[in-house]
Amino acid sequence: MKITRGQFIKGGLAASATGLFSLGSLRSRLNAAEPPTYPGKMIGASHQLGHLLRQSNLSRASDELRARVVVVGGGIAGLGAARRLMRAGIEDILVLDLEEEPGGNARSGVNETSAYPWGAHYVPLLTEEARAVRRLFEDLGIITGKDARGLPIYDEYMLGFEPKERLFRFGRWQEGLVPAIGTTPEDEAQYRRFFSLMNELKTQCGSDGRRLFAIPVDESSTDPHWRALDMLSMEQWMGREGFTSDLLRWYVNYACRDDYGTVFSETSAWAGIHYFASRNGQAANAESDDVVTWPQGNGWLVARMAEPLGPRLRTRCLAMRVAVADGGVIVDVWDANESVARMIRAEAAILATPRFISARLLPNAIERMDPSSFSYAPWAVANITLDAMPEGKGAPLSWDNVAFDSPTLGYVVATSQELGMKPLSTVLTAYWPLSHKTPSEARQDALGRSLDEWQRIFADDLLNIHPELSGHIRSIDVCVWGHAMIRPVPGFIWGEARQRAREPLGRLAFAHSDLGGISLFEEAYTHGVRAAEHVLTQLSVNYDSEL
Amino acid sequence: MAPLLLVSVFVIATCGLIYELIAGTLASYLLGDSVTQFSTIIGCYLFAMGIGSWLSRYVNKNLLGVFVEVEILIGLIGGSSAALLFVLFEHIYSFHFLLYFVVTVIGVLVGLEIPLLLRILESRFEFKDLVSKVFSLDYVGALFASVLFPLVLIPYLGLVRTSFSFGMGNVLVAFWMLLMMRERIPGYRWHLGTAAIVLALLSAGFVYSERIMSFAEASTYPGKVILSESTPYQRIVITEQSGDVRLFLNANLQFSSVDEYRYHEALVHPALSAHPSPRNVLIIGGGDGLALREVLKYPSVAKVTMVDLDPEMTRLFSTNALLTALNGQSLLSKKLTIINKDAFTWLKEQRDNAGGGIYDIILIDVPDPSNFSIGKLYTVTFYKLLRSVTDEDSIVVVQSTSPLVARKSFWCVTNTLKAAGFETAAYHAFVPSFGEWGFTIATNKPYASPKSYPSGLKYLNVETADDMFHFAPDMAWVETKIQRLDDQALIHYFDEEWSKYLIY
Repeated sequence: MKITRGQFIKGGLAASATGLFSLGSLRSRLNAAEPPTYPGKMIGASHQLGHLLRQSNLSRASDELRARVVVVGGGIAGLGAARRLMRAGIEDILVLDLEEEPGGNARSGVNETSAYPWGAHYVPLLTEEARAVRRLFEDLGIITGKDARGLPIYDEYMLGFEPKERLFRFGRWQEGLVPAIGTTPEDEAQYRRFFSLMNELKTQCGSDGRRLFAIPVDESSTDPHWRALDMLSMEQWMGREGFTSDLLRWYVNYACRDDYGTVFSETSAWAGIHYFASRNGQAANAESDDVVTWPQGNGWLVARMAEPLGPRLRTRCLAMRVAVADGGVIVDVWDANESVARMIRAEAAILATPRFISARLLPNAIERMDPSSFSYAPWAVANITLDAMPEGKGAPLSWDNVAFDSPTLGYVVATSQELGMKPLSTVLTAYWPLSHKTPSEARQDALGRSLDEWQRIFADDLLNIHPELSGHIRSIDVCVWGHAMIRPVPGFIWGEARQRAREPLGRLAFAHSDLGGISLFEEAYTHGVRAAEHVLTQLSVNYDSEL
Repeated sequence: MAPLLLVSVFVIATCGLIYELIAGTLASYLLGDSVTQFSTIIGCYLFAMGIGSWLSRYVNKNLLGVFVEVEILIGLIGGSSAALLFVLFEHIYSFHFLLYFVVTVIGVLVGLEIPLLLRILESRFEFKDLVSKVFSLDYVGALFASVLFPLVLIPYLGLVRTSFSFGMGNVLVAFWMLLMMRERIPGYRWHLGTAAIVLALLSAGFVYSERIMSFAEASTYPGKVILSESTPYQRIVITEQSGDVRLFLNANLQFSSVDEYRYHEALVHPALSAHPSPRNVLIIGGGDGLALREVLKYPSVAKVTMVDLDPEMTRLFSTNALLTALNGQSLLSKKLTIINKDAFTWLKEQRDNAGGGIYDIILIDVPDPSNFSIGKLYTVTFYKLLRSVTDEDSIVVVQSTSPLVARKSFWCVTNTLKAAGFETAAYHAFVPSFGEWGFTIATNKPYASPKSYPSGLKYLNVETADDMFHFAPDMAWVETKIQRLDDQALIHYFDEEWSKYLIY
């Protein structure tokens, strides 16, 4: 064995092999003696305002507004729909959102240290099928042109910088998220088999000539053989295929929690495979596993999509009820800015809201809305502002940093897209899908916790991996998402409920990522465009489809 | 009870040899010349053991108590010896004196152990049995230590932690004795207290050994450390040995005053002498002022902008007399504007806000691409930004690591500059303290080498310059990936190539 100079003195080869004293555990025990409280605030989908929806005693509308089209919901689907309408020349629109800021789960925040995401924080390189999103990316300058082969050229400042991912296990960081230390030959053989299968599936097409696993989901092949995978759980499928390696299963379970907020035993195998087999976007200047990202995550996209709307976007406005009337739609609204109820008459409307909200807005169509078929994962997200950079043995600080033994998904570093060599302070966004219990139980637990409790949970989780950050936490803000994302449970993606849900009710169209069955930017945006184009057809406006 | 004492013989024999090995290894590591160091350390240690054995005759009563105290002392001094020597290495005037003093003290104490034990045990065994048991265990312990040391201890624990853990071994022997024979040892409680304190100290030393070592620059630097400072961005260390002043940033050598002229002449003159009239110069990095010293040899230069992230670097090299003697007080030039900002961010702001202006010469004298942070200044994105502040005549030079040790890394810089739209000319110079070192010129029209150089250069003239542009087959051009922000290929090349070279 060759020994380097550093190892010679410090004996770093197996510092933890001694096992006698672990600096980390010793320190965290010392910290527990004096639990710190941090400055910070609780952010959240406006539960109180939102729960007004459950009350039926609507106050009478004090005034009446008119618009050609009303879009309820200012998340990506709603903003995408509004954008599509504006591009077709329909400018007399209103977009309503109950929060103070638009964006839904792509919202973001900013403080004196950095901008940071509150939820969705990247978009993978676009697949060929994501045509509507591609047009958006070209308009926003994310895609700047094409090379000689016709491959899109991405703005290199927006492509995710290296180093991208690292995993904390056995007291040190490794590059990448697939566990690489302490693997057996069997683990490695299964890794190879799994990833080569996924790579094959990436380019494989069904008998209808469509890719097996496409983004958007509805562009995927209709071959029943593959769609049947939707009836299995990802865990069952792995068992069936002989993927028994604990480390591989950890990684796949991690992936399902990361993208769907759902453990792999409750995730559809079709969706589980989709995570690995759908992202084959090509670029002139990036690899297909690259992503575009910004310090504020997809909040960057939200700001650019919201900006052209100007006063057409009304925040803190809660739609209370929607009714389809002759030749139009009526939306009752509670405007929290002025504490008045309003009635909006429109020629058409788009409900860019999750299904359980849409169902409450349409009390007369509750059966047709079938909200019970749609299940949502609760998440907790913390933004932790630091006046020092996280370090650690092994691989250097990356964009995405995951700890093997943590119930959270680890943290993303907001300053990793900075050009500067060495930021001295940063904001970490720690993500925690509450997938350890049923969604409703976890949601109850989560909404009952105080800011202080959340802060302690997130701080302990961080300091456990990074004892050196003790004393460097400046603030912890927390957001609890009761319904963060749709859960692709077995049978949902290719089941009837989802297929039916996208069908419009006359001049009322639906748009949300839950209609795609998985919570992706591309799904939300494409469903927004699709709903908008339905409305354009209803209003007899000529357009070239962007889909 | 008697077997217990025999186990102690084994433990103390192992510990005793370990301290000897630690001292020998440490001395040859810090002082070089391992044959001399090992011989003199072993000689001194054995001689001191002789002194200890001789001194044992003056111990007449309370043998057990003295033995326990000797164990605790060996634990304390032997256990902390490695850390102590490393930390004090560059802070004291005569390291040799300290080293041999520590070795002697440990030797004397270890020399006391066996005679005392023999006398403690004499009433329990027949003399011939006693001698045979004690000495055979002593030698077995020595064998055990000498096999364990290179195969397990050094690779897995390292010198410092090995030393602390064997110190604990001695103290545990003392503890064991105290507990088993408490009624026969006067002042039992006092002994127990000191043993506990020493054990706690050694444990703390073991746990915090990395922290302790971070104070010990000795582990990284040859020569005497005359200045060391941690800034938020890096650790600056300046050493001096026989008139050779060296600068280390984060433990990586930046220059040696003996041969830095070769590096800096090669960095600066092929670019400045090739430009018809260099007026506006941008230096990125180069906070030591040495490249600037060369730049100021051109009277046409009217304005130099230096962008170096770390204000402490430029402050040190414009105020410290030893350092300003090296750079000829270049940092005090009236033509110079120092900007202590991050180069990438600064350049992008300049271009986005003020159009950025045009530089005739841009020198990039930043550390090697050894991590993802510095790697950003080697990306095609950064080079495109540079290109936007150049014109037809502008010349950019990039220090680009060793084409011999890190061939792919070196040509990755060329290939990346080409991908940014530049024309390139690669060259190299021999700098003894670095080895074969490479540079890359980037221009917007083909580079033509200068017909003459400023007078008074020590290394460069037209003939040496011609040679520099030829590459032997073992460092000739290779195809590489392009260094991008989202895929820092260069960092991977560099890491792979230099790690092979650094292991010995």
